[in-house]
Amino acid sequence: MPPAISISGLVKTFGSTRALDGLDLLVESGEVHGFLGPNGSGKTTTIRVLLGLLRADAGKVVLLGGDPWRDAVELHRRLAYVPGEVSLWPNFTGGEVIDMLGRLRGDLDPRRRDALLERFQLDPTKKTRSYSKGNRQKVGLVAALASDAELLLLDEPTSGLDPLMEAVFQDCIREVKTEGRTVLLSSHILAEVEALCDRLSIIRLGRVVERGTLNELRHLTRTSITAETERPAEGLADLAGVHGLDIDGTHVRFEIDTDHLDVAVRRLGELGVRSLVSHPPTLEELFLRHYGDELAKEPERIDGERIARPSPR
Amino acid sequence: MTALTGTFELARSIVRRDRIRILVWIGSIVVLAAFTAAGTKGLFPSQAALDQTAAATQHNAAAIAFNGPAQGLNTVGGQVAFQFGAGGMVLVALMSLFMVGRLTRGEEEAGRLELVRSLPVGSHAPAAAATLTVAAMSIAVGLLTIAVLLTQGLPAVGSIVFGVSFILIGLFFAGVALLVAQVTENTRVVYGTVGGVLGAAFVLRAVGDIGDGTASWFSPIGWAQKARPFAGERWWPFLLMLAATAVLVAAAMAVAARRDLGAGLVAARLGKPTAARSLGHPFGLAIRLQRGVLFGWAVGVLVAGIAYGWIGPTVDTFIGQNKALAEILAGAGGASLTDSYFAASFRLMALVATGFAIQSALRLRSEETSMRAESVLATPISRTRWAASHLTVAFAGSVILLGVAGLATGLTYGFAGGDFRSVPRLLGAALVYAPPMWLMVGLTIAFVGLVPRWVGVSWAILAVCVVVGFLGAVLHLPSWLQNLSPFERVPQLPAASLTLLPLFVISTLAAALTLAGLGGLRRRDIGWT
Repeated sequence: MPPAISISGLVKTFGSTRALDGLDLLVESGEVHGFLGPNGSGKTTTIRVLLGLLRADAGKVVLLGGDPWRDAVELHRRLAYVPGEVSLWPNFTGGEVIDMLGRLRGDLDPRRRDALLERFQLDPTKKTRSYSKGNRQKVGLVAALASDAELLLLDEPTSGLDPLMEAVFQDCIREVKTEGRTVLLSSHILAEVEALCDRLSIIRLGRVVERGTLNELRHLTRTSITAETERPAEGLADLAGVHGLDIDGTHVRFEIDTDHLDVAVRRLGELGVRSLVSHPPTLEELFLRHYGDELAKEPERIDGERIARPSPR
Repeated sequence: MTALTGTFELARSIVRRDRIRILVWIGSIVVLAAFTAAGTKGLFPSQAALDQTAAATQHNAAAIAFNGPAQGLNTVGGQVAFQFGAGGMVLVALMSLFMVGRLTRGEEEAGRLELVRSLPVGSHAPAAAATLTVAAMSIAVGLLTIAVLLTQGLPAVGSIVFGVSFILIGLFFAGVALLVAQVTENTRVVYGTVGGVLGAAFVLRAVGDIGDGTASWFSPIGWAQKARPFAGERWWPFLLMLAATAVLVAAAMAVAARRDLGAGLVAARLGKPTAARSLGHPFGLAIRLQRGVLFGWAVGVLVAGIAYGWIGPTVDTFIGQNKALAEILAGAGGASLTDSYFAASFRLMALVATGFAIQSALRLRSEETSMRAESVLATPISRTRWAASHLTVAFAGSVILLGVAGLATGLTYGFAGGDFRSVPRLLGAALVYAPPMWLMVGLTIAFVGLVPRWVGVSWAILAVCVVVGFLGAVLHLPSWLQNLSPFERVPQLPAASLTLLPLFVISTLAAALTLAGLGGLRRRDIGWT
């Protein structure tokens, strides 16, 4: 089966700002693909290019076998979209918006909609003006999930949802996945991506810097080890791949490149292990490894997340 | 901390943010006042010319209906007040309305007020800062107008009364806008309601000035004109305006203290859990989004049409007494004074209704910048279809408004005069303005599609058309400039005969601009600001 989304070398500039700088992204059919990056890294711009709202300056973008700019109308029959900040018509009720978007797409299934309203505990008779952010987000989610689109483009869809609703959302996405449909899930909520995604791409400054399954990505990084040994922990410092070694008598803490884990654990065994805590790198650590340095020298980035516009200067 | 803590800081931030807007409002009103004064002086080289015009205008119900009571017309000052008084006050009122609306309910609806109120800022401070800013703008307009009139050598007391009437009208309508902004939840409704109050004030004083003057006492514009600038000034009507303003502001404060942030006075009702069938296509959505606005404008045009139709028969009787005068006033075309009056009435109503046409076409842009268009365009609806659905409302809505104006005027004229034969003629005279309104829609969509940053220019062009239409002669505007306004190019029915060529040319231009705009919209990024 051809990939649902295939992007190579995508460039999009706003004025003098390069929002997307040679982005590559491959989303296979039937997978839930995590699209990770901090605010302003280009996630929303990418999705807006996929929706045919923005025109690519350079690069090749294939969406469901078509050109998202030229074939927008045809492609939109086959996809559903949830924006990161759902803007609604203030005089409409939530139910009206959900119905309308469903009918405009052409596949409104009233039973499915009612079931989703029930699951997300959304009152469809309230005017959207009075909805909280979470409720507005639910309107977007119900409208998208009530369709049987083969591709879901979700741009930080759960911002503002409470943990209970987050769980409902995760259930829904798993169901979508068992139906063989494809999901591109842009997020910066790492737990959500860890729980749902088969593969993920990490975006930074408009280009994808890491991609693969979670396991593949974990190999790129280090495992943390905390241990208490019978004999003073010596001879660890000269092992390959050890970082941040901290020895306090028989207590030892260090990080080890995942490729060298085997050797390190054997050495610990020789010292007589009393207790051992080892945890694999979390997505958080993966993420921080790519972005930690940015905290120090955050460059001027456009607010490319919600409204793509050139920076004021 | 008191309820007003932070007022000055907020006012300062408003001035910094809106400085261009503030300067444009103040500057354009004062410049118009200056040109009117200079132009009027040039128009009447001698006292004899003044006397002649004063005598003629005394019997010109049409001029009185549009301008105000005929008082002090044998002086240059009186002529300036007659030419620019009512129009200037409408401009100052619009300034107050739009500034207060956007600074109070607009900020609240956008959610920014919430952020401000979380700061150590008093509960009334944001509204007070808006009021303070608009009051300062009104005072600036008034003082600069006084200065301008004085430099033109007009009498001091009259100039001061004239300028003060601008200030007080600005304050009065700031009060109205402030109150309405507290009662309703929607900024558009604020603009519509206060615009309706302004229209009623204008029409009431027209009816009063033509009749026995009673109705003028129910209009703030009427009060200001009762102060008689350059015509035996009196100050006490100003007290009436100050008192009314104080009542309005107090009422707004009382409502504000009683309601929650973000809410109106009227609690939101629950609505339908499912959408009507009509919302299954973009045209249904466009109608649903614009029907309220169209209805509001239609009511306004209806009231204006009734008022102008009601005055219609009076124009005949006014002039019936003086045959020689009738010939002078009717001008070279040989048209009857009544027909000239109706032609001017329809031009005014068409120019006002063009406000709807532009607003309706701009709905595309506001849907886009609010990111709501994105949700629709992510469905299998093409950009052209989405835009065309809103434009259909703009084009058809223009015709509907003109139809309402024509029918209301014709039927009321028939009712007041006992003769309904003029109805189709007057309806046609109104509908002749459809092509220029379409042209303004086309212009707006061309901006939206090709240079979305400049969409505001549509309003500026309409403003120029209004100035050309009403002050063109007084300002000695060059004829090429006057001819640029499409509203001057259509046959001025019923005073002139119908010629199809200009209507055809203007409609073709409108279509070309619309297609260019749609083409641009299809090629550009959506959401780009």
